[in-house]
Amino acid sequence: MPLLSVEKLTKSFGGLTAVSSVTMHIDKGELVGLIGPNGAGKTTLFNLLTGVYEPTSGSIKLHLPQEEQDKDGKVKTKVITKELGGLKPYNVTKAGLARTFQNIRLFKDLTVLDNVRIAMHQNIRYRLPSAFLHLNKFHNEEDRLVEEAEKLLDIFKLSHKKEELAKNLPYGEQRHLEIARALATKPVILLLDEPAAGMNPNETAELTETIEWIRKEFDLTILLIEHDMSLVMKICERIYVLDYGMLIASGKPAEIRTNKRVIEAYLGEEVSNA
Amino acid sequence: MRALTKKNILIFVGILLTFAIVQGLISVGIISSFHEITIALICINIIMAVSLNLITGFTGQFSLGHAGFMSIGAYVCALIIMRYDSTAGFLMGILAGALVATIVGILIGIPTLRLKGDYLAIATLGMAEIIRVVFLNLEITNGAAGLSGIPRHANWFWLFFFAVITVLTINNFIRSSHGRACISIREDEIAAESMGINTTKYKVMAFAIGAFFAGVGGALYASYFYFLKPNIFGFMKSIDILVIVVLGGLGSVTGSVVAAILLALLTTFLQAFTEIRMILYALLLVVIMIFRPQGLFGTKEINDFFKFRKKHERIE
Repeated sequence: MPLLSVEKLTKSFGGLTAVSSVTMHIDKGELVGLIGPNGAGKTTLFNLLTGVYEPTSGSIKLHLPQEEQDKDGKVKTKVITKELGGLKPYNVTKAGLARTFQNIRLFKDLTVLDNVRIAMHQNIRYRLPSAFLHLNKFHNEEDRLVEEAEKLLDIFKLSHKKEELAKNLPYGEQRHLEIARALATKPVILLLDEPAAGMNPNETAELTETIEWIRKEFDLTILLIEHDMSLVMKICERIYVLDYGMLIASGKPAEIRTNKRVIEAYLGEEVSNA
Repeated sequence: MRALTKKNILIFVGILLTFAIVQGLISVGIISSFHEITIALICINIIMAVSLNLITGFTGQFSLGHAGFMSIGAYVCALIIMRYDSTAGFLMGILAGALVATIVGILIGIPTLRLKGDYLAIATLGMAEIIRVVFLNLEITNGAAGLSGIPRHANWFWLFFFAVITVLTINNFIRSSHGRACISIREDEIAAESMGINTTKYKVMAFAIGAFFAGVGGALYASYFYFLKPNIFGFMKSIDILVIVVLGGLGSVTGSVVAAILLALLTTFLQAFTEIRMILYALLLVVIMIFRPQGLFGTKEINDFFKFRKKHERIE
C-alpha cells in the first residue's frame, strides 16, 4: 500500500481549474519529483496536499503503518488511513507532512534556533501552567528542545549561527534552515518546493547530497518540485509531470526524458542530450 | 532547583530593593501622597502596557480595545469590594474581574481574531465601545454617574505586587514554547500554520491572557482611585496604553515598563497643562515614528544588553 495516495484531486478558482483530476501515489521511502512549466499547478498541488487550499473535489489519503501489540505479545502492523483533504495546515503537519516554501518563508526576525524550536512546538511535553511558572519540567524540556535543534542545525552546518537572525543568513543557508525547520516537525513525508531555486551549480550539487542524506538518516519520503533538471534527474526515482493542471506523464527519469509530450510541454529538445 | 540560579536571585533582590526603597520613601514622607498617585499610575500602566504588548507586540494582533477589558475588571472588582469590604474581598474582586475579562476576551476573540490588521483594530475598538455603552446603561453600575466611594484597598504593596506578577508571568510565557508559537504568528502566519501551530488557538490564547491582566489592572484602578465612570475607559484610554507599548517597542517587555514610567512622569509634570497633554502625546508619537520607528527598545530586552557586554569582554 502506498504511503500517500491522491485520487482525482481537483481545485478550481472560479472558472480556472488549477489542478484537474490528479491521481498519484507515493510509496514509503520514495523520492518523487514533480515537474512542469510555470503555472502548471505544481505549487497549487502542494498547497492542496498541505491544507493551505481546500480541494474542490477528490481525496488525499495518508496510510500510516502502525505497530501494535496484540494479547499474545505479537507485534502486528496495522495501517491507519487518514484523509488529509480539508484539514487545516497545522493538522496536516501533525499528521506527518512538512513542507518548505518556494519563496522562503522563515521567521526572519527570529534567531536560527527559534525558527527550529517553533517547529518543534507540536511535540513539546509541558502545558500552559509550566509555561507561566517555568517549573523544573519546563527547563528539562527546553534543554531537550535546544539539544535536538542543535543536532538538526549541525546537519546543515548552521549550529554555530544559532543566535543569528534568520534574515541575516546568506540565501543558501536560509534554504537549508527552511529544510531543517521542516524536519523539526518530525515529518513522515517532506515536501520541498523548489529547494534549489536561486542556487549556483555547486550549491545545488551540495543540496542534492544533503537531500539524499536526510532521506536515509530520517527514513523520509520526499516529494519535490524543482526546475533544475540536474537535481531532478539525478535523485528522483519517479517523476510526475504536470501541465495546465493535468498529469501528462509519470515514470522513471529515463522514461520522462524521452517522453514526447513532456519534451513538447516542458523539457524542450536540448535536454534529451543532457 | 533551577529557580535558584544567580540570575533569578538577582531579579528577586532587585524587586525587594525597589519595593523597600519606595516604601521607605513613602513612610519618611519624601514621596508625598500626590506623587503616590503617579506611582500607582505607573504600576497600573505597566500592567496594562505589558498585557497589551503580548497581544499587539508579540502576537502581532493590533488591538484598540484594551480599555474595554480594563473597565470590566474595574467594575466587577468595584461591585465586589463594595459588598465585601475586606482584603479578602479585594483579592477576590481582582480575581473575579480578571476572570470575567478573560471570558469576554475569549468570546470576542474567537470571531474577531479572524480579521487582520486595520479590520481587527476597528473590530476591537467597536468591542470596547460596546462594553462602555453597556456599563453606561446598566443599573448596577449606576450609569453615567458612575460608582463612587469604592473602598480603597489597593496600596503601594498590592500595586507593586501585581505589577511584578504581571511582568514575570508574561515574560515567562513569552520565553516558553507557547510564547514562541505566538511570536511566530506575528512573523509569518502561513509559515506558522505549516509548522503545526494552530494559529487561531494561540491568537485567542494571547488575547485571553492579555485580557486577564488588563482586568487585574482595571481592578487595581477601581480600588485605588475609588471612583469609576464609563467615560474613563473610552477610546482615549486604549490609545494611552497603545502609546506606551509603541513608545517602548512592540515586542519588548522592558520597553513597556520603561515607557510606562517615562510617560507617567511626563503626565505628572504636565498636570498643569491638561489641554496640551494630548497634543504633546501626539507630537511625541510622530517624533518617535520618524526617528525610532521600532520604539525605544525595539524587540530587545534588558538582558540582551548584558549579553552584548559579555561578548565584548570575551573578545578583549
